[in-house]
Amino acid sequence: MESPYQHEASDSAYQFAKAALAKGHEILRIFFYQDGVLNSTKLMEPQSDDRHIQKRWTELGTENNIDFIVCVAAAKRRGINDTVTAEGFTIGGLGMLTELAIESDRLVEFRA
Amino acid sequence: MVVFRTAPYGAIYSFEGLENVLIMGAYDQDVSVLFIDDGVLAIKKGMDNSGTGIKDFSPTFRALEAYDIEKIFIDRSSMESRGLTLEDLVIEPEIIEADAVEKMMEEQKNFFMF
Repeated sequence: MESPYQHEASDSAYQFAKAALAKGHEILRIFFYQDGVLNSTKLMEPQSDDRHIQKRWTELGTENNIDFIVCVAAAKRRGINDTVTAEGFTIGGLGMLTELAIESDRLVEFRA
Repeated sequence: MVVFRTAPYGAIYSFEGLENVLIMGAYDQDVSVLFIDDGVLAIKKGMDNSGTGIKDFSPTFRALEAYDIEKIFIDRSSMESRGLTLEDLVIEPEIIEADAVEKMMEEQKNFFMF
């Protein structure tokens, strides 16, 4: 995934996730990789008339019991660790992305 | 299938894609790797990026073999239109034509694009 705000990818991912849940699909997990790890930081502070991408994810995760995994390798090089990740986000290994691909019927990626 | 479609060093996509594919190799899955568009440059031999300060990761693609990832392909027109031949590459992917790429993509369960 891409970084929030810079690209629409995380907005698309969020809208897609919401729509999929509304249609009765199950979302096993959402994996944040590459610049996508920046979706997880609670330090983001967008202007008040804009969407708050991290809070929006956290709400979606809490309401629907979805785990958000933030890739440790990608996170470390971008200054993200568990002191800045918001509620609902867990730092995890890249292997979890592979496991997700194995366990799920479909894996959908959001890129610029 | 892991698809490398962007040039290395200008963006981190191909490096993090390489990290991803090496992890996947440890899971003993049927992984195919495709180099297409500017992604073919990720495996070009003899790049000197010493002035950039960015880690030279292209030779690391040689490790794919050690991880038992054997289905490695390169799109012919992407390779040739960039003036490359197999001798210019750090690994030896199988050359495939556009229609074979299309067919192969239809058979995949998942895509990871870098």
